[in-house]
Amino acid sequence: MELVCPAGTPASLHAAVAAGADVVYCGFRDATNARNFPGLNFSRAELRDAVEHAHKHGVHVYLACNTYPQAGAEEIWHKAVDDAVAIGIDAIILADIGLLRYARDRHPDARLHLSVQASASNEEAIRFYHQEFGVRRVVLPRVLSLDEIRTLNQRIQVETEVFAFGGMCVMAEGRCSLSSYATGESPNMNGVCSPAAHVHYEERGDATVSRLGNFTINIYDSDEKVGYPTLCKGRFRAMDKSGYLFEEPTSLDVTAILPELADAGVSALKIEGRQRGKAYISQVVGAFRASLDKIAKGQHDARSKLSTLSEGQSDTTGAYRRNWQ
Amino acid sequence: MTRSRLVMGPVLFHWDESRKIDFYNRIADETDVDTVHVGEVVCAKRMPFFDKHLPDVIERLQRAGKEVVLSTLALVMNEREVNQLRDIAQMPGLLIEANDVSIVRLLAGQTHMIGPYINTYNEGTFSYFADKGAKRIALPWELPMSSIAKLCNVRKAVEIEVQVFGRIPLAISARCYSARAHGLHKDGCRYVCSEHQDGMDVETLDETPFLAVNGLQTLSYHYTELSDHIAQMQDTGVSAFRLSPHSLNMTKVSDLYRQVLAHETSPEELRHHLNEMHFPMSFADGFLHGVPGAEFRQTLDQRAE
Repeated sequence: MELVCPAGTPASLHAAVAAGADVVYCGFRDATNARNFPGLNFSRAELRDAVEHAHKHGVHVYLACNTYPQAGAEEIWHKAVDDAVAIGIDAIILADIGLLRYARDRHPDARLHLSVQASASNEEAIRFYHQEFGVRRVVLPRVLSLDEIRTLNQRIQVETEVFAFGGMCVMAEGRCSLSSYATGESPNMNGVCSPAAHVHYEERGDATVSRLGNFTINIYDSDEKVGYPTLCKGRFRAMDKSGYLFEEPTSLDVTAILPELADAGVSALKIEGRQRGKAYISQVVGAFRASLDKIAKGQHDARSKLSTLSEGQSDTTGAYRRNWQ
Repeated sequence: MTRSRLVMGPVLFHWDESRKIDFYNRIADETDVDTVHVGEVVCAKRMPFFDKHLPDVIERLQRAGKEVVLSTLALVMNEREVNQLRDIAQMPGLLIEANDVSIVRLLAGQTHMIGPYINTYNEGTFSYFADKGAKRIALPWELPMSSIAKLCNVRKAVEIEVQVFGRIPLAISARCYSARAHGLHKDGCRYVCSEHQDGMDVETLDETPFLAVNGLQTLSYHYTELSDHIAQMQDTGVSAFRLSPHSLNMTKVSDLYRQVLAHETSPEELRHHLNEMHFPMSFADGFLHGVPGAEFRQTLDQRAE
């Protein structure tokens, strides 16, 4: 399985290449990608240097251009596609149907991947993107179980890439407006979820309150570790009970089920986290490289060495195990 | 000006069979809506309960002169669900609303509708669907008025639809949050979602109303209420206006919106009546303004226009 690693900065890209990535994915510094955070992402010149460096080490670079172009401003997304092709990117990761059509028409030879933000969760959806736009690989939404992925791979002609490590959406990606409901900014339109500019922390006695826009996402006792108020990982009240209604603050880690993913026909593993620093990238990429190299030799160690990096220091195999639902 | 199309969207909640049949009968007999959606959009596990009644319900609505649209699942995750879509795509004489692109491929060459769960955010995507035979496109809830206006400029013969009343679908998941809140898994859910006729209210730990859970779906707590903007949307080129069914008297609600569409009732009067029927109901129109969707601003500012 190909190891696809995130880079939010040129330094992180160098770290990923050095730690054994097969592919590094990144985005331009604007709303065209789903990690549109301040201080993150690449200028055109930086991407050109990055591609040159990666290619010299036999590593590929993918461009994430996976938000939904705003009506009236499609040229910004069109130009991102054109520039990525001119720079010599190895694949472009897209979600929007209009943009896929543009990329296919203008750059018939470009390798197009379907972003997780398109939420193609079944064989007919994947066949649609393959037939209409020549998509060669689909990043699967984090809603499918291992068995569903195995069946899917037997029925489709395109490669599949799955999320292996990092932050985990519990909602179908590209179908979620929770963030914009609270803040006015969403993954689809702005490339952000629960953006930092709308986050506040308040002290209330011994407790710490985390807020997103006008809504309290969690209240922490003094002995609890305060986390970032990602909306779907918050504590809420329903039927007179408080708790993590949608998901605990947890991270995805598939180390334990890597052989099963390979057996299910998965072509590539994606590590989430373009917003992460280079030390994190080195550690996660290095650990997955070591695991994949072992599996290639017929060995497997199901214990992850990454648990201290996980959100809330707990990890999950998420939807890959059916009991998650 | 041509008459605006008033649409009753699909029932999103797991109402029991008799309630749902009664609902459709009343919509057929007592309302002036032009189009009625049937079909399960949220959870495939609910389908067996009502599928057997669908032919009769559809016939009754059609005899009453309604256009009937069959809405499809928003999140299609396995072979069984894909096979259901294949069957639906072959049903003759029924307009289908695609809520996932999987069925768009199966409907190629047939007149169909693109539903609000499909991401039509810009002119390129709108034109793609128009070229492929979409008769009507219901826009995603998160779009601001500025985007709606731009899509109206390229609409050609395609009708544009916007939801003007009801809780807003915000997210869909493989995981059932109604079951989870009851300490159950989806596979053994006991259909606990049916306990909440308008979704299970969710508040923050500060007791601020926030969301509503409906099985796999998460909705807004607030009800979108866009009557302040209906005249402007009509002028811009929006021709279909969707009401999302709730447990209050939807016959009355549809009458009120028909009057607003005809400029015979003011938005204030409409909200006064809604509050009389279902107190307290809080309203939102933030998405249309390009601000947090939970806000209620009523007057469009320059930025959103």
